Amino acid sequence: MLKKLKPLSLLLFLALPLMLAGCSTPEVLDPKGPVASQQSDLIILSIIFMLTIVAVVFVLLTIILVKYRERKDHDKYSPELHGSMLLETIWTIIPIIIVVILAIPTVRTIYNLEEAPEAKTAEAANEDPLVIEATSINWKWVFTYPEEDIETVNYLHIPIHRPVEFKLTSADNMAALWIPSLGGQKYAMSGMQTTLFLQADEAGEYNGRNANFTGEGFNEQRFVVYAEEEEDYGQWVEEVQDSAPELTQYEYDELLIPGVYEEGTAEFNGTHLQWIDHSKDAEYTLEAWERLGYEPKNPHAKDKSQNILPEDEIPYYQQDNTVDYSDENMDHENMGNEEHASHE
Amino acid sequence: MDLKWNEFIITGDPLILGAQISILLGSIAVVAALTYFKKWTWLWKEWLTSVDHKKLGIMYILSALLMLFRGGIDGLMIRTQLAKPGMEFLDPQHYNEVFSTHGVIMILFMAMPFLIGLINYIVPLQIGARDVAFPYLNNLSFWTFFVGMALFNISFIIGGSPDAGWTAYTPLATNEFSPGPGQNYYLLAIQIAGIGTLMTGINFFVTILKMRTKGMTLMKMSMFTWTTLITMLIIIFAFPVLTVALALQTFDRLFGSVIFTLQGDGNPMLWVNLFWVWGHPEVYIVILPAFGIFSEIISTFARKQLFAYKAMVVSIVTISVLSFLVWVHHFFTMGNSAEANSFFSITTMAISIPTGVKIFNWLFTMYRGRISFTTPMLWALAFIPNFVIGGVTGVMLAMAAADYQYHNTYFLVSHFHYVLISGTVFACFAGLIYWYPKMFGHKLNEKIGKWAFWIFIIGFNVCFFPQYFLGLDGMPRRISTYTEADGWTGLNFISTIGAFMMGLAFLIFVVNIVYSWRFSPREKTGDAWGLGRNLEWATSSSIPPHYNFAVLPEVTGLDPYWDMKEKGLDQQKNVDYKPIHMPNNAATPIIMSVIMGAAAFGLVFHWYWIGIVGGIGIFITMIARSFDYNDGYYVSVEEIKETEAKANK
Repeated sequence: MLKKLKPLSLLLFLALPLMLAGCSTPEVLDPKGPVASQQSDLIILSIIFMLTIVAVVFVLLTIILVKYRERKDHDKYSPELHGSMLLETIWTIIPIIIVVILAIPTVRTIYNLEEAPEAKTAEAANEDPLVIEATSINWKWVFTYPEEDIETVNYLHIPIHRPVEFKLTSADNMAALWIPSLGGQKYAMSGMQTTLFLQADEAGEYNGRNANFTGEGFNEQRFVVYAEEEEDYGQWVEEVQDSAPELTQYEYDELLIPGVYEEGTAEFNGTHLQWIDHSKDAEYTLEAWERLGYEPKNPHAKDKSQNILPEDEIPYYQQDNTVDYSDENMDHENMGNEEHASHE
Repeated sequence: MDLKWNEFIITGDPLILGAQISILLGSIAVVAALTYFKKWTWLWKEWLTSVDHKKLGIMYILSALLMLFRGGIDGLMIRTQLAKPGMEFLDPQHYNEVFSTHGVIMILFMAMPFLIGLINYIVPLQIGARDVAFPYLNNLSFWTFFVGMALFNISFIIGGSPDAGWTAYTPLATNEFSPGPGQNYYLLAIQIAGIGTLMTGINFFVTILKMRTKGMTLMKMSMFTWTTLITMLIIIFAFPVLTVALALQTFDRLFGSVIFTLQGDGNPMLWVNLFWVWGHPEVYIVILPAFGIFSEIISTFARKQLFAYKAMVVSIVTISVLSFLVWVHHFFTMGNSAEANSFFSITTMAISIPTGVKIFNWLFTMYRGRISFTTPMLWALAFIPNFVIGGVTGVMLAMAAADYQYHNTYFLVSHFHYVLISGTVFACFAGLIYWYPKMFGHKLNEKIGKWAFWIFIIGFNVCFFPQYFLGLDGMPRRISTYTEADGWTGLNFISTIGAFMMGLAFLIFVVNIVYSWRFSPREKTGDAWGLGRNLEWATSSSIPPHYNFAVLPEVTGLDPYWDMKEKGLDQQKNVDYKPIHMPNNAATPIIMSVIMGAAAFGLVFHWYWIGIVGGIGIFITMIARSFDYNDGYYVSVEEIKETEAKANK
């Protein structure tokens, strides 16, 4: 009868090293920055505790099944045994202790992650975090560098050793910005802004994506992070500022139409913030659809074609629609929306 | 809705065409068979309008098995699509529909009805009652569930399935981002089924509180009855939230309100909160009865009373309270304050304490016992190690700071399959096999049953264990495909093999049902395993007579039937019978439910006039019911004598 449980436990314990050997270290456990490494440490700590618990239960189960299986002489059979204050106290208190031990570093890390990672060098300590506004659109990412006044689609460059403050929002569905090598994800939601601090300590290319389901093109909503030395980063910014085309409102509104970005990536001079801050106005995308003539269609419709109007046929784009989204202006204009964002 | 007539029936997909043809042929075959064997009256009188909790239980279980098949096929389609990078078996839209229906069906139309079916059959017997408190309501519960299920299931051939995930997050599920009838099906079908569940909750809560037999105090109830009681309490508190949330989203989609929308200062996050305020307790609704089933089986086949009965009861109650205090852990990544995330991290981890206590109590129930390895016992034993793996990864997920890395990944997918399959599905199999002789008068074949068990257990681990590593390697859930460069190919392929093993095991299980129906020896007593401890085994015949007990048993302690056997008592024998009052069959529930389904079907396509006519129809059936003065009949002493004599032969 012992045989019955052996394959199961064997399978599990064999599987572990096999899988670890079969593929290289999983991305999440191979951190490339301080945020991801805090999380990785926490994960490994919890795995150690959890493996211990699993081992205790498996061993106990195996022993009990072997010793007390039905056999000819059941002299150990004690049907009157149905409780033990001592034992029950032990297995109530031990889990409490484990929960406490795990809760302390968890809470500490939760608070740590709310702030920019601590600077390791004196030089870095003087610098403010690099602010990047990340906007999710069905099904692409737009990265806005407000200081540098540039915007990219589906890729971004960041300097290493410097915290990046991602200000997340969404033009439409709720998405999640996730770069596993650099740290965990956070939701990007329309009409509000969330903040995610990340930092790369090693130069390299990292995969990022939207991790929260947003419909048909969700799969393709990926981007690449180029983490590089400060000067290489500066050079890239200059290059974009010098050579990238100017972003027009029509072009930006076209991006808001659900779809995968066929060109793959793009970069622009100027940012969409001159017309719209999605964290303050959730309706903009739907208005843009209407202007352009885009209509959501039943996925099972026989005719799914869209008739998008060209720029020169829409009077809206012939005028200056620039909005001032500086904070002062917003306070009385959009009180309602501000409240939504207040929980973050 | 701007729906063209040629878009009404889904066409152009060979998989769906195949399903359409087989559904059509299947329906024709059923109708033909019923007509040929002249079984229509029998079906109507003995089953469809029956208020007998046992028959309703069996109908629930049959529906659930059908849904396990449907949801399982969905699962296999998902795994086939993910077996290799760049597969084109399902396009993204189709994939989204498949995983959305997989989730809804498995949770709401498989797990819940399966457990409610077992509860229906067993709990009234275990408390020594002749039926539930509200037998009419019980029939109505079943039919609203069944109609909701049917409505949800036709979506993929008529109009298109919901495709916003089983969670249907707004704004994705609003008209702008999920145009078409799919999401309307979700809202209306779950709404109808949800009404049934809420009524079940009230029904069984009252039944257990008010209809226990003489001597059965709360602390003498079987563990399955206890878990049912608490589950029903959770249903009563949690389901109204779902009802309201679904109604609000329905208003958004059908009548243009702006509650969860992007327009008009709608608040999509409110849906997420409401959904999980229901959704997390829902997890415990499907796991607590499973705990009850395992408690029964482990104590039966270890031939010992449940270890630390009081601690078990306290744990269930604690879990039920905590289940309402953890919903935010489903969205730690929403940008909540550190205070909020810390609070919900700790409450979530705290659930592991009463759960851990239960695990050790099960282990020590077997300590110094005499364990026989029957098939139901094997399922119960397999539950322990597998559920512990699911549980400890749950604790890992509860640590909010780490959860930012697990959230929305296959780590999470693996975790909830580990708890839901090794908890709920194993319990469904274990419970069905264990109580099968009580329902059908014969056992399932043990040898075939063990084959199914082993293939399922191994397949389950092969399928889901690799997914923890896929999650840690950055594979998000709900993606329809991936590339070779992602490096997830090997583990995904292994996982797919495991899924098909589970499919095979299910087939073997079905074969076993047919084989056992033909060849298993018929049981002669009410105590089929010879080891029964609770009152369900105390009936005079293998399948209880429709009034359950000729004389209501008297209880003096825990495990009452075990006690009676020890003392050599047979309470059902040699007594003076009295006429038994039983409830009448009812035809209005099925009529009302079908009208509800038709009205909802109209609303799915924005055909409001059907909705209005249906609404009036529902109201008329309610009025008809309120004028129904027939309150049951008496089973005569002669009939009882005859039935009991036959049983005691």
